[in-house]
Amino acid sequence: MTAGRVVSAPAARVGAARPPAPRSPGRWAVLTALVVLAVVMLFPFVIVTLNAFKSPADYSAGSPLSLPAHLYVQGIVDFWNRVDFGQKLWNSFLISGSVAVAAVVLSVLNAYALGIGKVRGRLWVLVVFLVGNTLPQEALAYPLYYLSKQAGLYDTKLSVILIFTVIQAAFGTYLLSSVLGQFPHEILEAAALDGAGKWRALWRIVVPISRPTLSVLLIFFFIWTWNEFFLPLIFLISNDNQTVPVAIGVLQGEKMMDATMSSASALLGIVPAVAFFLIFQRTLTRGVTVGAVK
Amino acid sequence: MAPIPARPARSRGRGGYWLYLIPSGLLFLAVIVVPFLMNVATSFTRWSGVGTPTWIGFANYTKLFGDERFWTSFEHNVALIVAMAVVPTIVGLVLAAALFDYIGKRFGPRTASALRAAYYLPQVLPIAVAGVVWGWMLHPSYGAVNEIFGLKVNWLGDPDYALATVMAVMVWFQLGYPVVIFMAGLQRVDPALYEAAEIDGASWWRRFWHITISQIRPEIYVVLLTCTIAALKVFGPIFVLTRGGPGSATMVPSYFSYLNFFEKVNVGYGSAIATVLALIIVVVTFLFLRVQERDS
Repeated sequence: MTAGRVVSAPAARVGAARPPAPRSPGRWAVLTALVVLAVVMLFPFVIVTLNAFKSPADYSAGSPLSLPAHLYVQGIVDFWNRVDFGQKLWNSFLISGSVAVAAVVLSVLNAYALGIGKVRGRLWVLVVFLVGNTLPQEALAYPLYYLSKQAGLYDTKLSVILIFTVIQAAFGTYLLSSVLGQFPHEILEAAALDGAGKWRALWRIVVPISRPTLSVLLIFFFIWTWNEFFLPLIFLISNDNQTVPVAIGVLQGEKMMDATMSSASALLGIVPAVAFFLIFQRTLTRGVTVGAVK
Repeated sequence: MAPIPARPARSRGRGGYWLYLIPSGLLFLAVIVVPFLMNVATSFTRWSGVGTPTWIGFANYTKLFGDERFWTSFEHNVALIVAMAVVPTIVGLVLAAALFDYIGKRFGPRTASALRAAYYLPQVLPIAVAGVVWGWMLHPSYGAVNEIFGLKVNWLGDPDYALATVMAVMVWFQLGYPVVIFMAGLQRVDPALYEAAEIDGASWWRRFWHITISQIRPEIYVVLLTCTIAALKVFGPIFVLTRGGPGSATMVPSYFSYLNFFEKVNVGYGSAIATVLALIIVVVTFLFLRVQERDS
């Protein structure tokens, strides 16, 4: 799991518009240092991609830095077929999508009661949710494993969906409650005068107005769930249910994997993650900073 | 019989909102509260996962505090806090300030954004996939790192290097997160502060120290807290890169409990480890929040 539990705008506007400061030779030194660091950070991505397209013979003949002699996709195809990667993608997508939607719905219901309804004892409810989200999954794993076996849910996608819905919703409740705490009450009062009940007010007024925040939550829940490893590793043991990170993580270091197939597997893990980053960046750049950071 | 009072209109007043908490309340009970209590209860028993657990009181905890592997695993946790929280926060502060205050102003915001995206990219990977990437790069016989530098180091298989290697991988993985959070925080800082300091002739380092750090203190706390918790929980990279080895050179509590749960079937002992880990994480969280409150 990543540490990225603070929802923020990864690409908000940078730097204030000001006339450029006087030029000095030192500035190029600073820029060079920062660019070198960027190259180091990106190096693994580049080198994995380069070598995923080499044949094993090509790899042992040249250096890892050399370009492929010819574009060789057999390593990727072989890995794809061996783990049935399409199935894994679908499993990950189904699990993460279901969790994201269900966790947003639960977060909205909770935050409606806590942020707008201001039910008594709401501070304690929030603390309990937050502690629940902070607990290490190790301290829940075995009982959950045991209970899911008893309930016949072990090795089903549903078990993982249920668990992560609760874990993500616990965090979403915390975030969304503070956002809805500032919801303009006049709008709700006007709706009440028009005879709209709480249920209608929630879906007709609160949800549409909070849509930008909700879509950010949805995206984060999706990505966080996609990236999960520990509980899916324990719960999804059959090939038909495994997620992308589990399938790739479990095969790592296996004897049958040669150098180029290993890099092909790494590449297949990287591509969806980077794709989400690129697709969702625009939503996240709309300057939405929901958050823990006031 | 007293007349039944007229029910207040459902849409007004504050009553009835708690109904909206019921679905989550039930699920939370089933997925978090009950399993956690079961875990605590199991930690006082000897149990292989089948049959009836035997109550043994604090025996698991007594064994735990005398178990060298347990203490080593927490020492490794401290090393990972350095790699995942301390180093990324310090380096992230310098990078964020340099990008925002220097590159953004002298080379334009697009350059700063591009550099930030490069630093952030590792963060978008599932941590297990990041482990696979580095497992491949550091492989002793065909790994790219050895090939490029002409070395023959067994980065992850040599007990002298394994922990340092894992730490380096985690710095790479984690660095982008503080950079992004700190740069978002810097947006809030009044540019007049910097201008005034510049007119007063304050050097870049002085401005960094007195303005940047003090203004984005809330972000620094959040980053330190979330990264420390992530370091305490770390599992995926250890599972993928080293499985806690060689020997117990990279053993961490979460992997140690996993080992006891599913490989050694010492469920009681595993539960004790997990309970201690949970306690530490909760205490760390409360300490951070207290310090932050006192500070502001």
